[in-house]
Amino acid sequence: MTHTAAYFEFLCRMGDNTLVLGHRVSEWCGHAPVLEEDIALANTALDLIGQTQMWLGLAGEVEGKNRDADKLAMLRDVWDFRNCLLVEQPNGDFGQTMMRQFLFDVWHLAMLTELKNSSEQRVADIAAKAIKEVMYHVERSGETVIGLGDGTSESHARMQKALDLLWPYVGELFIPDAVDIAMAEAGIAPDLGKLRDTFDAQVGDVLAAATLTIPDGNFAHKGGRSGTQHSEHLGHLLTQMQWLQRAYPGATW
Amino acid sequence: MSSPNSAYPDTPATRTKPKRHEWPLWEVFIRGQHGMSHRHVGSLHAPDEEKAILNARDVYTRRNEGVSIWVVEARHIAASSPSEKGPLYEPSESKVYRHPTFFDIPDEVGAM
Repeated sequence: MTHTAAYFEFLCRMGDNTLVLGHRVSEWCGHAPVLEEDIALANTALDLIGQTQMWLGLAGEVEGKNRDADKLAMLRDVWDFRNCLLVEQPNGDFGQTMMRQFLFDVWHLAMLTELKNSSEQRVADIAAKAIKEVMYHVERSGETVIGLGDGTSESHARMQKALDLLWPYVGELFIPDAVDIAMAEAGIAPDLGKLRDTFDAQVGDVLAAATLTIPDGNFAHKGGRSGTQHSEHLGHLLTQMQWLQRAYPGATW
Repeated sequence: MSSPNSAYPDTPATRTKPKRHEWPLWEVFIRGQHGMSHRHVGSLHAPDEEKAILNARDVYTRRNEGVSIWVVEARHIAASSPSEKGPLYEPSESKVYRHPTFFDIPDEVGAM
């Protein structure tokens, strides 16, 4: 794999994470349990879509095949997406959505913190801009996980169930492959394994305060970041997200 | 049995009054970028004061309106009663000399 190809892959991974999670979170618009959460989720979704424009915009430039962020987002099919499996999992109930958000946010913050020191100035610039939004995301999702985990018996049970369901998708975020190794060697992105300690410490604190228990076992679902084995949920998501560009190619407004 | 007007046909027509789970109401005050004091901007619901501030950030500062947020639970605000309007406010209507309109204020003083 050439350096350019690996760099493009890396940028797609960053941008597809925020794109797919942003779309998932936007599915709550008009449906959240209370008005305040509805607008907060919409804000989060918009933050993530904004970050997507930067990551995929840069990816398109690096690739040099005349694909901008819109084309990459709307005209690729499932197997070309490079997001982790965690972010494509369905919303479930509000608690499950916030648990998914929290797990991703903590990883995202640790990742962006390292990317601020990237040898590629444009990557460092995007990370510096995004990190302010993500610091807020993690504060909000962490508070909500604590509030619901340490809440009523019903909310506690739902949050534990959400954690049990989503935990096996966490491992993928930290397992490096050839792309990650190439990026780490070039100083563009950090060694993924290094992020794990930060992640475990922060997640451990919040889950302890939330009276939730991390499930046993190290099993990790894989195949999202490489695109080889997305879960069935991503295809359904794309049919919604890409519908307009597929039905009316080139439509603008 | 559903009540004829119910939007939820599965809801029994007769039932005991449900327990209210609504969060308390908070009044939100925001100091704008160039403002000098916090201004009341609206209200929202939240389970506690930390979440009230986060909610206020999301609901009321989306368009870069503020640099500082205050929240106060609505029940802690004491308010005057509209029925006392006469005795409270009308006596000042005829006291024009209380307005400092007889002085020239230099521009350098700025807003007072």
